[in-house]
Amino acid sequence: MSTNLIPVIGIEVHAELKTNTKMFSRAKNDPDESRPNVNIDPVSMAHPGTLPVINKKAVEHMVRIGLAVNGTVANFTEFDRKNYFYPDIPKGYQISQYKHPIVKGGSLAGVLLTRVHLEEDTGTSKHEDGGSLIDFNRAGVPLMELVTEPVIHSPQQAAQFGRELQLLLQYLDASDAQMEKGELRIEINLSLMETDMSLDEVKALYHSDRDRYMSLLGTKTEVKNINSFKAAEKAAHYEIERMSALIRAGRGDEIVQETRGWDDARGITISQRSKENAADYRYFPDPDLPKLYLHELFDLESMKQALPELPASKRDRYRAAYGISEEAIEIFVNHHELAHVFEQVAEALSSADMYHTASNYVTSDLMGILKEDKGARIPDIASFVELMKMIEAKELNSRGAKDILRILAIQGGSPQDLAQSLGLIQNNDPEALRGLVTQIITDNPSVVQKFKDGDHNVLKFFVGQVMKETKGSANPELTESLFKELLNA
Amino acid sequence: MLKFSHIDSIEKLHQGYLSKDFTVREIIDDYLAHIAAVNPEMNAYLEIFDDIDDLVNRAEQMIASGDIHPLTGVPVAIKDNMLYKGKISSASSRMLEHHRATYNADVVDNLLTQGAIIIGRTNMDEFAMGSSTETSAFGITKNPRDMTRVPGGSSGGAAAALAMDGALISLGSDTGGSIRQPASFCGLVGLKPTYGSLSRSGLMAMASSLDIIGPLTKNVDDAERSFYALARHDENDSTSIPQSMRDAVTSRIPKKIGVPRSFLAQDGISEDVRLDFEKSLKLLEQAGYELVDIDMPLLEHALAIYYILMPAEVSSNLARFDGVRYGLRVEQDTLIDTYKESRTQGFGPEVQRRILLGTYVLSHGYYDAFYNKAMYLRGALEQAFKTLFADIDAFVTPTTPTGAFRFGEKRDNPLEMYMSDIFTVPANIAGVPALSVPSGQDSNGMPLGLHITAGYLQESVLFAIGKDFERMRDAQA
Repeated sequence: MSTNLIPVIGIEVHAELKTNTKMFSRAKNDPDESRPNVNIDPVSMAHPGTLPVINKKAVEHMVRIGLAVNGTVANFTEFDRKNYFYPDIPKGYQISQYKHPIVKGGSLAGVLLTRVHLEEDTGTSKHEDGGSLIDFNRAGVPLMELVTEPVIHSPQQAAQFGRELQLLLQYLDASDAQMEKGELRIEINLSLMETDMSLDEVKALYHSDRDRYMSLLGTKTEVKNINSFKAAEKAAHYEIERMSALIRAGRGDEIVQETRGWDDARGITISQRSKENAADYRYFPDPDLPKLYLHELFDLESMKQALPELPASKRDRYRAAYGISEEAIEIFVNHHELAHVFEQVAEALSSADMYHTASNYVTSDLMGILKEDKGARIPDIASFVELMKMIEAKELNSRGAKDILRILAIQGGSPQDLAQSLGLIQNNDPEALRGLVTQIITDNPSVVQKFKDGDHNVLKFFVGQVMKETKGSANPELTESLFKELLNA
Repeated sequence: MLKFSHIDSIEKLHQGYLSKDFTVREIIDDYLAHIAAVNPEMNAYLEIFDDIDDLVNRAEQMIASGDIHPLTGVPVAIKDNMLYKGKISSASSRMLEHHRATYNADVVDNLLTQGAIIIGRTNMDEFAMGSSTETSAFGITKNPRDMTRVPGGSSGGAAAALAMDGALISLGSDTGGSIRQPASFCGLVGLKPTYGSLSRSGLMAMASSLDIIGPLTKNVDDAERSFYALARHDENDSTSIPQSMRDAVTSRIPKKIGVPRSFLAQDGISEDVRLDFEKSLKLLEQAGYELVDIDMPLLEHALAIYYILMPAEVSSNLARFDGVRYGLRVEQDTLIDTYKESRTQGFGPEVQRRILLGTYVLSHGYYDAFYNKAMYLRGALEQAFKTLFADIDAFVTPTTPTGAFRFGEKRDNPLEMYMSDIFTVPANIAGVPALSVPSGQDSNGMPLGLHITAGYLQESVLFAIGKDFERMRDAQA
């Protein structure tokens, strides 16, 4: 038996594109519609005599996606009919792309892509006792299908890829890509490669001899019904364990090419149907639709120029410009509004220390406040900057700064005025504090004794007392050093 | 007989309306009375619409206010595969026996806007599949020239409605000859326009890349008027020709007409047809046209190309009739059985045959041998036509290999039935316009037609030649 079982994962992602109307009709594309069969029209219900008309916006989204992943945007592209019967597919065929997808190749998050094509979504079925109900609201919604090469080797990387794609689609405003709404759907194709090669050797083989690499792949299963990135990771992990156990037990032949469904509650995959009775979809070019010559329809060069900053370049820019933590960068990459606040605030600051401080105030404090208090808003930038400057000048301690930030977020105001009126201006004058410190030492002989017995934790108690008396305006470091000085005298 | 039988053209009708010789109501009442008398026997119309009065009132108002369009007040029959909102359109199939249209076909919209009087819907071969109207689920339609013979198909009802004086123009659809063949069988003019010149929106698709709506009329002038009245760009049909391309067409005065001699030499063409055709050629020569022999071997493959591409598209286009959203549903215990029963009971044998053929040619492993090869040859034929029409203005053949046949004569022999399309199919494959004009009779006294094919968007060439031919023919008679 070979020494290594290397997981090989390819991912198929479907994403509903953000358009006003459906892919081929004037019916509304609204993922938030909860009443069934509202967003329908004769075309999306496949009434006799109806004809599809291409939604140009959806094609434009696809071209931008292709440019963003550095794929090859085809000049010639066409739509094909994928013929099969199911009640949620009104025409008896789905308009999809077969031989000539809009995008070929490209890569994202280090994962090579095979193709990205455009098709229409199906309706949704609900099976109840005594019958099935179909909702055609979703039927005909523009759907992107993206297929990666089988070059992912861990469940984490699979989930990571999914998150990165979600982010990319959101940056491009091509899709809201909310998994819980079904706007983004992931399927995992997974097999194990039994080999004596190391993971690095296997990776190298893909690049040097793809055909041989493909020939070494084990039997794959396709896992569907994955409703979160976490679930994607768990499902991939489960399949790896399931297949490994079978192979190690000498029962590798029990792994069959099939579709399996992820059962999130039970944390297992369940066999759904085997590929042996795979349908013959009888693809052929849709005669109702024109062929598209994308290089004539779109100015790819200027579209490429006009792409927004994408997540990968944003990370690079943040690293270079601000030197803040990777965790903070990730938060900014995922939260557009917070990133916008941070960048504007950072504009007015000049030291790496202050970038770090500002980043903390945004990613932990402000984010927390916004989460807790539904009435809270992002404060105006000038106030935020003023607050940061006061911290930099040590006019506020962190406790005071946080209190002011909360007020700024909830009701607004000037940080200076707030600090004054609340008495939060930090007292940095040792002589002014010395009297208060002496007083507290005098009032607490038993605690002083503890300190003298070697319990230096009581310093926190003393500092706390000063903070209380000064309503937090005392400089905590200065206060502590005064206590040390006087207690040790 | 029609009281107004002498008003046999749009021109005469409009002159009469304008000079107040008669009103729209008088004309339509005359037609309706005549239809009531002859249609039960003929079965050309499946239904006479119940709101004709409204259309008549509207047309009269339009005429009174001088708002006159090419088809205002013209009694028109529409084929049962064209959607008219709120009315049944069944494609003469059990599947859609009770189906009511949810919107208007573009041509219907256009007719209504112009104040045309849509009389009713006409019988047809089921889903336009057939050449005799015998595959209709709602009975045969008789040929008004000889009640023992078929009117042709698939627009047989459209042709019979016109030939029995049940309308002044009829709209048919043509996928491989379905306007021109019945026009020829019933002694009428039939135009298959350039693919994409009239909108297919609201026409039940048979084979999307071949289908086109066109008029059947009593003379070439009416065909011309109807064509220009109904041809327009429609944004609901992605295969509709853009206005800019229509505007760019330069019309030419035709002089040179090709005759594909070797194509005419094949078997299955009746002697009557050959003789009539030679006579027609002489008339064209007398009209001043230069006739040249053309050699076009690809024409002989057109029928084979057609019987691969057409069923392929049919198999997919008719998949929507699954009993789920509308149409016949024969409920069974399982989904698959519901599909099977609904489609088995809903579709007749010819429709089922073509769905099977199409499914087969598109199947994995056969696709390249059939569909792909046919597509390749289609491209070659289109190219050959382009080259051909750079040199000549049109080419002519008979419209059909025989005159109208008797009921049942070809029903059980699909291959022989398919042969009736041999001269008409090439124009559909290449997307170019073609016109059938009555030319003479066979030995049974049944009408025959001269088939004229011109280049892309060169309908004007057809009308010019057609009118010259009509004049020479009538002078002869």
